[in-house]
Formats: sequence, C-alpha cells, structure tokens
Amino acid sequence: MSHVRDTSPKPYGVVAEFDNSDALLEAAEKVKAAGYRDLDAYTPIPVHGLTDVLEWKDDKLGWVVFFHGIAGFAAGYFLQWWTSQGLPVSNTALQVNGLLPYPMNVGGKPEFSIPAFFPPAYELTILLAAFGAVFGMIAFNGLPKPHHPVFNAACMNRASSDRYVLCVEATDPRYDEDEIVELMNGLGSLSVERVKTSEGY
Amino acid sequence: MANNPPVDKELLVGHHTNASLDATIGDIILNPATHNEPAIKTPIKGFMTSPWQIAFGLGFLLLNVLLLSIVMLVWNGIGVWGNNQPVGWGFDIINFVWWIGIGHAGTLISAVLLLLRQKWRNSINRFAEAMTIFAVMCAGIYPLLHTGRPWVAYWLMPYPNWLAMWPQFRSPLVWDVFAVSTYATVSILFWFVGLIPDFATLRDRAKSKFAQVAFGAVSLGWRGSAKHWHRYEHASIILAGLSTPLVLSVHTVVSFDFAMGIVPGWNVTIFPPYFVAGAVFAGFAMVLTFAIPLRKWYKLESLITMKHIDWMAKVMLATGLIVFYGYIMEVFYAWYSGVPAEMALLYNRYNLFDSPYSWAFWTLIITNGIIPQLMWVPKYRQNMKILLVVTTSISIGMWFERYVIIPISLTRDYVPGSFGFYSPTLWDIAMFAGTIGLFLFLMFLFIRFLPMINIFEMKELLHQMEHDDKHSHDHKENGKLATTAQEGAE
Repeated sequence: MSHVRDTSPKPYGVVAEFDNSDALLEAAEKVKAAGYRDLDAYTPIPVHGLTDVLEWKDDKLGWVVFFHGIAGFAAGYFLQWWTSQGLPVSNTALQVNGLLPYPMNVGGKPEFSIPAFFPPAYELTILLAAFGAVFGMIAFNGLPKPHHPVFNAACMNRASSDRYVLCVEATDPRYDEDEIVELMNGLGSLSVERVKTSEGY
Repeated sequence: MANNPPVDKELLVGHHTNASLDATIGDIILNPATHNEPAIKTPIKGFMTSPWQIAFGLGFLLLNVLLLSIVMLVWNGIGVWGNNQPVGWGFDIINFVWWIGIGHAGTLISAVLLLLRQKWRNSINRFAEAMTIFAVMCAGIYPLLHTGRPWVAYWLMPYPNWLAMWPQFRSPLVWDVFAVSTYATVSILFWFVGLIPDFATLRDRAKSKFAQVAFGAVSLGWRGSAKHWHRYEHASIILAGLSTPLVLSVHTVVSFDFAMGIVPGWNVTIFPPYFVAGAVFAGFAMVLTFAIPLRKWYKLESLITMKHIDWMAKVMLATGLIVFYGYIMEVFYAWYSGVPAEMALLYNRYNLFDSPYSWAFWTLIITNGIIPQLMWVPKYRQNMKILLVVTTSISIGMWFERYVIIPISLTRDYVPGSFGFYSPTLWDIAMFAGTIGLFLFLMFLFIRFLPMINIFEMKELLHQMEHDDKHSHDHKENGKLATTAQEGAE
C-alpha cells in the first residue's frame, strides 16, 4: 500500500482584528451567537468579561496552589519534627542515608517545639504555593511555546500592542471558512485573515 | 469591572494610546541611543556623556571594589572586618538589615497595592520590584560572607549529610535563612510573571533579529490568549496574596534576630511591626530616589506623574511616623521596665557627653525623625530637590537606626567586664560601598535591558480611564449626575 504524506498547510482558523476591546467583546458575542464554540481571542491586555463571553472557565489553578501550600506546610513541620525527634526505627539504616535525627535540648524546650518550628513551615508554605501558582499557570497555559500557528496571521504582530484579535479555530464542528469570513467581515473588523498551519506534520 | 473604582485622571498625563505607551517605554530598551541622552559635558570628550553612562560606570567601579573586598575577606578571614568580641555583629548585619529593608517597598507596591486595587502602582511597580531583587542580592552577600567560609554556606540548609547534623530550627538565624531565601525566590518569580506579556510586546516591536529571538525566548511564546490571560490574572492575584504575608514575615523574622535575644535594647516586643514599617519607609525613600531622576532622564513625566510622587511621599511620611512611634516606644519600654541595664542603654544613646555613640543616635533622630516631617507641606512634596534631600536623609537615617541598635547594645551588655568599643575598618566601608556599586550596576543594567515600567498594566490603566470617560459621558447624556460616588457604587 502506497502511503502519501500530506504536508500541505492545513487551515488553523479565521482571525479578525479590532482596534479596541469593546468591539472585540461585541464581535465575540455575535460569533458565539452564530453558534461557533471553538473561539479564542488574543489581546494586549486582559479584557474583563471575555472568558465569560467565550463561556470558558478554569479554576484548577486555585486548587493547585492550595495543595502546594498544604504540602509546603506539612513538609516544613515534617522536616523539623524528623530532624529533632525522628521515628523509633533502626538507627543504622538512617545513619547510612544521613537521615539520623539530631535532637537538641535548647533551654529545656520540647524536642518537637511547635511554636518555634512555625516560621520555617510558614515560609515553605508560601514558597511551594508560589511555585504552584507560577509553574501551574505556565503549565496550564501550555507555555513555553515559542511558535504557535496563530502567529502566522499578520495581524498578530500587533496583538501585543494595540490590536484585539478574535479567532474561530478549525476544530470547531461547524467550521466553514467562507461563512466565517463573511460573518466576521460584517462585524466592523479592520481585517479578516485565513490562518494556515503546517505544524504537527 | 463593577467593583473597580474610577481612577484618578492625573495618573496618566497627556494624550496616550497603546502604541504611544509601547514607544515611550519599549523604545528605551530597543533603541540604545536613548541611554546617551541627556548629554552631559565631561572633561574627556565622548567619555561618560550621559547620566546612564555615569551611573553605570560608577556602579561598575564600585562593583570592582566589592570584588576586591570579597577577595581580601576570604583570603584573610573575618579579621579584616571591625567586628570582634563583644561586637560579633557589625557592618555586615547593619548592611544586611538595611538592604533587606530597602527591598520591601517593591513587594509592598507590587503585592499589597495590587490587592488594594491601587492603580497608581502600575507605573512604579516594575522598577520597585527590580530594586527588591537587587537589594536582596546585596543583603544576601553579608550573611554568606559572615559565615567566614562562604563555600560551605549550604550548611545553613537542612540536607541529609554524613555529619549527621541538622540546623537548629529554634534559632531565628535559621528562620532568616528560610525567610530570606523564600523572599528572594518569590520576588523573582513575581517579577518574571509580570514581565512575560511585556517581553511579548518587545518581541513584536523589536527590529533586530537578536532582540526578537531573545525577547521571544523569555516571553515563553506569550500570545495574549484570553484563556492565558484568565489564568495569568488568577496567578497574579494569588502571588500578591502570598507575597503580602511573606513581606510582613521577612522583616519580622529579621527583627527576631534581635528581639529573641536578651541583649538590652533588643528584647523588645515592638520590634517586628517597627522593623516592617521601617523597611517600607526606607524602601519608598529608595524608590523615590530612583524615580525622580529616571523620569526626568527618560522623559517619563507623563507616566510617573506628580501625583505618584506626591502619594509616595505621603506613604513615606505615614510609615515614618510609625517608625518614630517605635523610637518613642523604645524609650518608654526602657524606662517602664525599670531594668538597670535597659535604663543604662537609654542613657548611652542620648547622652551627648558620656557615651561614644550618642552622635549616631541623634543623627538617627534628625535624619529619620525630624527631616521627613517636611513632607507634611504639600509644596515640598512637589519639589524634587527637597524630596531628594529627604529621601537621602531617610536612607542615611535607616542605616543609622541599625547602627544604633547593633553596636550600642553589644558594647554595653549586662557585664561591665564585657564592655567594648566598635569601629569599622577600611574593608567594612569598602564592602558597603561595593554593595551600593552592585546595586547601581544591576539597576542600570536593568534599565538598559528590561522595561522599567509595566507596559501592559499601563495599557490597562489607559483602558480604564477611557472607560471612565465614556461612562461619565453617558451619564451626562442621560441627564444624570456623573459623580465619582455614583460610579464607585456601580
């Protein structure tokens, strides 16, 4: 069986550019109302209400941060408890791994001094929660991704400056390029572009 | 958004658009020639002809002094410094606390003012955050070198080892390791997250291939997707929420280094809040010290407006009053405790004739307590020269605050047999000058290569102002009263 590999550019979507966020929001609402659902928008500033219009919601990040914080707090106390008290297990095994606890009597305070051990646990809570927030945000956003098909659109050059770009992606079940171009032309956009991509072949 | 109060019109002067903001801020980096302006006449033709070149050159020179003093210290040992029994903590800890304090304004501006929805932070947060990071770097040098063997400084961290030793977790010094390293890490992360969209703007604006690739790489391929912005804002607000308790905890823990000790003058419960307020005070003074010349040199007067300067001066005044209250409380505690050692310490501070360090105490009171009171006068808050005098005075005063706390207490302990005297050596001073050099060097590298004002947040501010305008316009058209109160209630 002969196998032909097709590397010609495939449609990625249709983009329309606007010169302000209100026009973008209005257009997004109309495109949504026309029944398209795989939409995205590219803007120089966060546009409030845009994700509501796109009916897209994602609250995973808050949970990621929360559990990172819990883990940091637990790790902080566990570390201090272990090193100052430790488990009643064979010391030889721990010694080999350098994990032997080292109990210290400081002013007759208990070996596991909960209040005095709070600051390191507190700092570790914040540290791990911050890692969760930053790396979680980057990971969920699929970054780093130096090139993305939408960058093939000429109007994206200004999407980080003063253009607001709306995109209907080709994955949309009702995707029909000509129809979308026609719809978008009627929305007061500055330009409409068909975006092709060769990525993923 | 409904709960966004209208912003002050004076926060952005003149007619700006998104593109003009890009040009004003972005081109400082993309066009190296901006750093040769404004031209200054110098004795040698073509050498050091702009403020950037002079400041960077000075920073570089002093950076070399720092390297030299580090070599001297490591080669000869801690003995090249002036600290010796009974003063185990000298310039190194004074400077450590001073630098850490300076960093605090950056986090306050970026985190606390974000949570409080103070839009005036948008034009000053970036370089204040940069200051935070560089100040923490300068601070970190001191305890590392004070260990005497900086190459084994990792012993401060808990890790499984063949010595079967762990840090003493009940010690505020170990808390400091955790607090400062967390602070440095979180500050860098917060700063980087804020820079990502600006890197994307610079990537798209850059003309040279190198700049495009470099900014493209650090922007992580940011494309401003609505979904990305959603998570981005979520992450920013969470980071602000995390940084706020963090910044309060850092200087609290630093103050514990003293307050947990029984040395007279240190064992005071007011130390944590008084240190935190002092840190914000010193930090805002340093932010103003940089903001005033930078806005002039780089023609940023329309972005960092007189309103910003005025409000920063007010924050400085308010925190200065808290610090001054702390000084009064220290005196009160000493008297109220009735402890002879505490009373003697107080006498040692203020008595001009009997005690060797009273000049430092009175310098502190004048520079930190009295001179900042000029900020009550609105006219002086608009006068750049007076502001610079006041901010410099505060930087000096905050340094003397730590000087008063550390050697005066340590040289007059409970036992007269352990009384002593402290004076810094040449290398103490060289290293202090050196860290100032490192700070200048890093700040001016930052100004050369990274956007010193947050571009996308300025655009947000502009966007909100345009919306406010439109709203008040609509209200007028509908015959309603377009009052601020009504808009705020929307």
